Amino acid sequence: MKKSYKIDVDCAACAEKMEVAAKKTEGVKDAVVSYMTLKMKVEFEDGADVDTVMKNVRDNCKKVEDDCEIYL
Amino acid sequence: MNKKQKNLLIRIIIAAILWVPLFLISEGIWKVNMPLPALIILFLVPYLLVGFDILRKAGKGILNRQVFDENFLMTIATVGAIVLGEYGEGVAVMLLYQVGELFQSYAVGKSRRNISDLMDIRPDYANIEVDGELEQVDPDEVEAGSIIVVKPGEKVPIDGVIIEGHSALNTSALTGESKPVDVAEGSEVLSGSINMTGVLKVRTTAEFDESTASKILELVENAASRKSKSENFISKFARVYTPIVCYIALALAIVPPLICMLAHIGGYESVGMLWRDWIMRACTFLVISCPCAVVISIPLSFFAGLGGASREGVLVKGSNYLETLSEVRVVAFDKTGTITKGNFEVTAIHHNPVDEKKLLEYAALAECHSSHPISQSLINAYAKDVDRSRVSDVQEISGHGIIAKVDDMEVAIGNEKLMTKIGVEAIPCHHTGTIIHVALDNVYAGHIVISDELKPTSKEAMQELKKAGVEKTVMLTGDARAVAEKVAAEVGLTDFRAELLPADKVDAVEELLKECADKKKLAFVGDGINDAPVLSRADIGIAMGALGSDAAIEAADVVLMDDDPLKIAKAIKISRKCLRIVKQNITFALGIKILCLVLAAFGIANMWIAIIADVGVMILAVLNAIRCLFVKNL
Repeated sequence: MKKSYKIDVDCAACAEKMEVAAKKTEGVKDAVVSYMTLKMKVEFEDGADVDTVMKNVRDNCKKVEDDCEIYL
Repeated sequence: MNKKQKNLLIRIIIAAILWVPLFLISEGIWKVNMPLPALIILFLVPYLLVGFDILRKAGKGILNRQVFDENFLMTIATVGAIVLGEYGEGVAVMLLYQVGELFQSYAVGKSRRNISDLMDIRPDYANIEVDGELEQVDPDEVEAGSIIVVKPGEKVPIDGVIIEGHSALNTSALTGESKPVDVAEGSEVLSGSINMTGVLKVRTTAEFDESTASKILELVENAASRKSKSENFISKFARVYTPIVCYIALALAIVPPLICMLAHIGGYESVGMLWRDWIMRACTFLVISCPCAVVISIPLSFFAGLGGASREGVLVKGSNYLETLSEVRVVAFDKTGTITKGNFEVTAIHHNPVDEKKLLEYAALAECHSSHPISQSLINAYAKDVDRSRVSDVQEISGHGIIAKVDDMEVAIGNEKLMTKIGVEAIPCHHTGTIIHVALDNVYAGHIVISDELKPTSKEAMQELKKAGVEKTVMLTGDARAVAEKVAAEVGLTDFRAELLPADKVDAVEELLKECADKKKLAFVGDGINDAPVLSRADIGIAMGALGSDAAIEAADVVLMDDDPLKIAKAIKISRKCLRIVKQNITFALGIKILCLVLAAFGIANMWIAIIADVGVMILAVLNAIRCLFVKNL
């Protein structure tokens, strides 16, 4: 399953960091962050609970980039 | 400017005002008797004012083990400079770094808004008539089949058919074509076009999500997440660049001074001066280690390119396709609907033992279930209502034609191959055009000549393609050799393949692909109706005139909103411009960075040069990237 989320982040390198962090999160098959459209597209593993996974994604992103936000 | 940016701007201005007199004092230009500790404390005021968020982020970064974070690097570099006694410089570096950050966030925000304004086809509301009064509702809530009212000056919110009124529509946001289109009762209208003159009542044929405007917006938004090779290269590069520069900086701070100390070279006054010099060089190195200039300008270029292209009616489904498009050297075309208009007309009927009208009647009836443009033209030529109940047992034989029963008579209608297949000898025609042979109960009953017109811009389009560097233009068609030859010569194609069955087209494309060298890409242009397999097999599939056709939008990588073949060359030119700018930015930004690194290592570039180069490169790269948006006059 794929879902798209609106995000907020200040610099392009930070968006890259968010992408890497999101990809490493358990339950996430693939993630793409577009700094230009401020969108994060997440592809979930089969059977993953979207809400919990996304909370973890947000936590992991905040760890690498303090100033970011994912609107769930 | 948003709140965050305004805040930063104010901090920068105040810090700069505080910094100038302190700098003059510390350099001895303004002679004020001030003890050194007081000066340092005063310097810390603008430093903390402008850089406190960087310091805070750096601290958090360390706690989260994100050592190679640009905040951390800026902190080390500036703190290093201050500790080494270069107070003015340390504060100035932080100040300029923030100027760069502010500019970047402003420029990106601005171009983000510009591009979304360009694509501003999202309707905000729909008018629904309730008890004789108009009510504005969210277009999402309107069901398919509802009646909506579109007033002059408003956007058509949802696709539909006009049931009352006539007007002129501006479709430029959808097609890039600025000439208004006249519409009246019965015309289809697409969401995103702007009603200019009259009030229209429209019966919606889709829901908002399924409407053209929503689909285009979704396509453009998704395009930015399909990243190109250059973007992936840059993000990989950024990941290794910062750590490498940091390790070199660390080595620079330790190894050369140790060697100098042990070997007694370099001619430094004291050991302290020796260490100070090299640690300063290492700090300068760290200032250059932030990859942001490059990282920002590449996606920005692609995004601006995608935005500019969609404004011209060329929808590219991803940055990666923009990249492939720029490498296209061979273009293969479908004929009907791509090079020719696709509205066929019956121009002659020959060798018919039965009456012409009778023959047309049988032909039209047999073809009445087919949506092929040729069938439509036969039905048009018949000009009477088709009584479908007279037709039964319709067999469509792909690439040959149709066999059907009409009034208990077996009607076979199609090309020469079909005649051979059913064992009827066809009489060849000396006219060029599409020849439709008819056999009634296995007896030859003559042929109908149908010709198609070239699109007015087809010839010019081929010349433009040649100018854009396309080496080979090939037409693939199911039509007869003679027709293909004539069209190819008239338009100026370099090659053509005729008499292809739909499956043969894929083979023909495979063959052309084999002939292409690695760096030469093949594009296939079709109208997207029955060439989906070919569209997806080619390196890049271009569907034209595809507005409203789901299958084409699905299968193609590039969608041309109107059916003007000139847009093919335009799309290629846009992609070339965009890729040229991307390459300029990569070479320019990396070149300057590497140059600065070398100069810093040799002690020629100081921190001033480093930060000015860093911020300057970023500003120039961002401005250059924004040029991708201007593609109107390509």
